[in-house]
Amino acid sequence: MKSSKKDFIAEAEELVEEAERLLIEIQETRTAGVNPDTINALFRAIHTVKGISGLFGFKDIADFSHAFESLLDDIRLGRAEVSEEVVRFLFSNNDVLKKVMEDIENGRDHDVSGHLQNIEAFRNAAKESGGSHKVEDILGQIDAAILKVLSEYEEHRLKTNIKEGKGIFLARAVFSLADFDKSLSELVSAIKSHGEQISTLPTSTDLPPDSIGFNILFGSGKSHEELKQALDLPVDELIKRKGEAAAVPSPSKMQESSIKSASTYVRVDIEKLDRILNTISELNLLRFATNRIAAEMMETFGHTPLVVDVFKISQSFERRISELKEQVLEIRMIPVGQIFSRLAQVIRRYSRETGKQIELTLYGEDTEIDKFLAEEIVDPLMHIVRNAIDHGIEAGEERKKAGKRETGAIILKAFQRGNHVVIEARDDGAGIDVERVKKKASEKGILIPEAELNNREILDFIFMPGFSTKAAVSEISGRGVGMDVVKEKLSSLGGFVDVETEKGKGTAFILTVPITLAILKALIVRIGAEKFAIPLTSLSESLLIDHKDVQTIEGKEVYNLRGEMLPIVSIASMFGLEGDVSERSYAVVVGYGERRLGLFVDELIGQHEVVIKSLGDYFKGLRGFAGAAEIGRHEVILVIDVESVIEESLSRQRAMRHV
Amino acid sequence: MKSVLIVEDSATTRAMIKAVIEDMGEDFTALEANTGFEALRMLPQEQFDLIITDINMPDVNGLELINFVKSNPNYQHIPMIIVTTERSSADKERGLALGASAYVTKPFKAEELQEVIAKALSP
Repeated sequence: MKSSKKDFIAEAEELVEEAERLLIEIQETRTAGVNPDTINALFRAIHTVKGISGLFGFKDIADFSHAFESLLDDIRLGRAEVSEEVVRFLFSNNDVLKKVMEDIENGRDHDVSGHLQNIEAFRNAAKESGGSHKVEDILGQIDAAILKVLSEYEEHRLKTNIKEGKGIFLARAVFSLADFDKSLSELVSAIKSHGEQISTLPTSTDLPPDSIGFNILFGSGKSHEELKQALDLPVDELIKRKGEAAAVPSPSKMQESSIKSASTYVRVDIEKLDRILNTISELNLLRFATNRIAAEMMETFGHTPLVVDVFKISQSFERRISELKEQVLEIRMIPVGQIFSRLAQVIRRYSRETGKQIELTLYGEDTEIDKFLAEEIVDPLMHIVRNAIDHGIEAGEERKKAGKRETGAIILKAFQRGNHVVIEARDDGAGIDVERVKKKASEKGILIPEAELNNREILDFIFMPGFSTKAAVSEISGRGVGMDVVKEKLSSLGGFVDVETEKGKGTAFILTVPITLAILKALIVRIGAEKFAIPLTSLSESLLIDHKDVQTIEGKEVYNLRGEMLPIVSIASMFGLEGDVSERSYAVVVGYGERRLGLFVDELIGQHEVVIKSLGDYFKGLRGFAGAAEIGRHEVILVIDVESVIEESLSRQRAMRHV
Repeated sequence: MKSVLIVEDSATTRAMIKAVIEDMGEDFTALEANTGFEALRMLPQEQFDLIITDINMPDVNGLELINFVKSNPNYQHIPMIIVTTERSSADKERGLALGASAYVTKPFKAEELQEVIAKALSP
């Protein structure tokens, strides 16, 4: 034999990598509907691994890939659904395959029997939940000469299309034998934009010798007429769509729905979208300029038709820009479910490693969040979840003693609140021992033992650098990432993290992040000679306050706002600026609930849409600012990082009370 | 001289089958097609005495290839052998129904494939 073990490994490794790529694609498109071609390609990759490993006598890998292939066969033939759990299981099996291959390469022993049993058990479980179908009767309408050429898989795809109410069509094309593959693949991709290609069926019957015909069987939700026109080919209708008589939608509607049904996704680097947003913000500046020119013209020339025209144009310019912005922001949105499924994988793995049984419940997976933000909060969430399994949820025995269910629960929940997305990670573990946190904080010298703090204030210590209440650093959460990093990350994203805990009942970490980072509506304020931007997302109202109404309670400056005490801070004094001297000042109310704060400013200038730009590494340590923004006529102002201002003022007040 | 066309998308399996065929003597030559498309293009260019095909392939699959060969008066006399890992006999049965002479299931022994080839080529 010419082929050696090395050749085998090279091809097999390539296939496993391909499988991994396909799995990622499946995972990413799962919620929107996976392209059956992707699943079939995955099946084929593993199928080939099995074929070649058998030929080379690697029995273990052949057995394992055989089992893996059977599982994929179930999925591609519709016997098992592509659930989140299934995708996770597929990933883990591909990892096994990788591992076994490594072992072979290094001449190590490997045992796959456990994995084989896993797959068997999984298949049995998945099959029970799978459905069966009755479309055989409808299949009878299709020429037997076509049906007999279909592979089992193709027949399944045909049935699925019928089940989904798609029409079944046969497009007949004739190409020159010399260059048919290019023309054919063009035709196939055209067909794929209207539906699903099921079979290619090459034919030479009744054709000149230097040509070849293809009868392409495909399913589509479009009408026969539309397809004939779109493909510009003879198209036979073999099976009518369900509800063919339904009203024809208006052209614009039709286009929209066709984009969705063909699931034509484009993958775009998020940086490209950022560039578009930058351009939009520059357009916005132009719009402001037009507005200003219109206003100046009006002063000079009065309401002449020309001036009114310029005004109108400026207004519709504004509307279009804001539409464009919305559209681009929408492109950046992904469902939170995508990061939940990654967390679910982690939870499963850690639950296995620790031997703690965990039941995971997800809520609000459809909540949308900016892709960039989603990626940024995955690690913090991962850390919180690891902590929950490691320190929060007790061992089974301990739980039984406490009268709890042996299986621990983790709940991941996402929902939208105003311009924010809130993500909660809740466990039903032992809760955080506030007394221990307090003790630890005094030991570390970051808390004066006599200080009177409420529970919330004590819990804030867990977000301090280097703070950990668990002496033993475990394999799982002992990775040098503390809650301080989580907090800092959230703050850098314009969000914040909260903790709720009850001894014996459990802990919840509540992450709040803006829905999108890219463009912010901001309130431009003046303090002394400086202008600042305050993101509207963190702002609830603004008030005009008489200084004599500000009281001092326990060293805090507070204002009685509708019966509640609102702490007040002067930005001027915080940043060391000279503010105006007057009897009354504007207070901008920021934050939520107990973290609400009024900020004294000298003037409210107006709202502005800004793109926040980073201050660069040089100013990285500067607290209190989220970045800089351009607000027209080359004027650059600082954007206030509300979260860190709230933080700063709360800790100052705390310190003051302890003096 | 017997000319055999091997249609198979896995390079190693192709090489393996080729080795098995060349092992049968100098009388045998093997040509390779790594896709169904390539097989369709090679058909009119050579006089093949035998086609060995996989079933699961991208573009044109083995069943479609068998159907194509068996419905074309110029090629329908060429015997075809299915070499596949299909466990489910459904696709193999379909292949036989479309006119293939035999099938060999991977992994196979060299002698096994050689025997099937010899049988398919015998008048």
